[in-house]
Formats: sequence, C-alpha cells, structure tokens
Amino acid sequence: MTFKIGVVTFPGTLDDRDAQRAVRLAGGEAVALWHADENLHKVDAVVLPGGFSYGDYLRCGAIAAQAPVMDSIIKAANGGLPVLGICNGFQVLVESHLLPGGLIRNENQHFICRDQTLVVENIDTPWTNQFTQNQEIVIPLKNGEGGYIATEETLKRLEGEGLIAFRYKDVNPNGSMHDIAGLRNERGNVVGLMPHPEHAVEAGFGPDMPGTMRSGVDGLKFFTSVLNSLVNA
Amino acid sequence: MPKIIVEVMPKEVLLDPAGKSVNNALHRSGHNDITAVRIGKRIELHFDRPVTDADLAEAQKIGENFLSNAVIEDVVSVTVQN
Repeated sequence: MTFKIGVVTFPGTLDDRDAQRAVRLAGGEAVALWHADENLHKVDAVVLPGGFSYGDYLRCGAIAAQAPVMDSIIKAANGGLPVLGICNGFQVLVESHLLPGGLIRNENQHFICRDQTLVVENIDTPWTNQFTQNQEIVIPLKNGEGGYIATEETLKRLEGEGLIAFRYKDVNPNGSMHDIAGLRNERGNVVGLMPHPEHAVEAGFGPDMPGTMRSGVDGLKFFTSVLNSLVNA
Repeated sequence: MPKIIVEVMPKEVLLDPAGKSVNNALHRSGHNDITAVRIGKRIELHFDRPVTDADLAEAQKIGENFLSNAVIEDVVSVTVQN
C-alpha cells in the first residue's frame, strides 16, 4: 500500500516540489495541496514546505496560518495527523499555535545558508523514528528569520518534557534560544524545524560529507520515518 | 476616512536588528545623542462608516491575535481617527 503525503503550496512557497520529490524518493505518493482548498484529499500526513508564504508579510507564516487549508490541517493535527513544518512551514506551525514560541530575525542579521549539523534529540515521533537517539545529522539550513524564542516558562516546559526534537551542533547559526533547531508537540505528531531535510535526500544533490561531495542523504529519514509510522499505525 | 490605527512594537527585551542597523547609520552621520532606535509597525484599518466602540474592541482583538505575535511583539496602541 502506498501512503499519501500531502505537500501544501501557499503563494510564495518555494520548496514544495523538493518536498514532493523527497516523499517519492522515500516511497510515498506526493499529493499537492492548495492553500485556498480546505480539502486534504484523504492524505495520511502533511508537509508544510519552506519559502516565503504571502511574501512573509506581517510576520513569517502569519498569513498562511489563516489560509483555508490550515483550518483543516489544524483540526487534523489535533486529531493526530502527522504534520511536518520545514523552515517557513515551521513558522506557519508556530503562528498556528500548533507549536509554541516564535521565530525572529537571525541574531547576526544575515541570511544564513550552510550545511548544518543537528542532534536528533527525540526519536519518538512519526517524523524521526528512523534515527537513533542523539544521532548527528547534516542537512542544509537557509533562513533569514530562524532565531527561535520563547518565554522562560515555555523553554522550561520544552526541556522538561523532552519536546526539543533537534538542536544545533557546533554552531548556533541564528541565535536560537537553547540552540533549538526544531520542536515536536506533546503528542509527537506535529514536528517543525528550520533546516531542510528535503534538500538532503539523494546522493549527488545533498550536503557535502567527509570525503564525498554532495552525498548527504540524512534528510530522507524524515520521510521514511513517516511512511514507517503509517505502516505500523 | 474613518480608521482604526493599531501600533505594534517588538518586545523591549528582544534585539531589534532593523532598529540597531538604523541606529548605527544615524551614529555614522553624527547623530550621537540618539541612543537607540526601535522599529515597529503601524497598521490602519479603514472603514466607510464611523468607527464604533464595538469596532474598536474587535480591533484590539485582531491586534492581539493576528496583527501581533504575543511572544515577540506588543500592541502598544489602538486608536480611532473618525
């Protein structure tokens, strides 16, 4: 059985095609979802890809969070549908209150584009179950507003409940509090992160790895993880 | 034209990179008495009828729930210009 993974396109989304390709390379069927259509077309999981939805007007992800498709996604996510938000998609999840906190302009004021090492700190989610606990992975990071912030109280809860799914290793590229690169919700079905797993899914087109150029495919496991979780659901 | 003006500022405790850049530029042009610059947003909600108290209350809600993100910003004022 082939599982259907929906990939949402908002006006200004950039990485929807890459996310669809990642789904296919992992063995799933990619289904294009449209921001103005509240119908989720019976998908088994949803990816909110990166880009600059609605031109990042007002705040990154703020207008996308009000789109008709998000009404359905918020309801489905609260019912347990696996949802992955990448970069702008993470910002949309935060603006939709599916994940706590906020994302602000990078501390050094630069747009950062680099191959980033992360530590996978929580493998108990549909998007991370193919990793090993505290596995170090390398996937591209590219953002201007990726500085994660939250109140002290929220940070304490995130740390205490193990909701920090990914942390930056070696370099904190954007000034994120507690080196937070990504989060999961309490239930685990909603995961968001600033770096881009969908750009590290095929040898020849991924990040440079020691000794081999562009061979990094660590991002593929996000997509094989969700398919694995659906098989076992 | 009747309108409601909502003003949103980044929280005091947060670094405002845009304000900092402008402050640096002002210092380069000799305005050394200016100690800091912070940049926020002014959002105008236009009406083709007089603004009511109910509109104002609604604008306050829109300001807090949509026009600002309480984690990073504060609504500093909501005013009417009839």
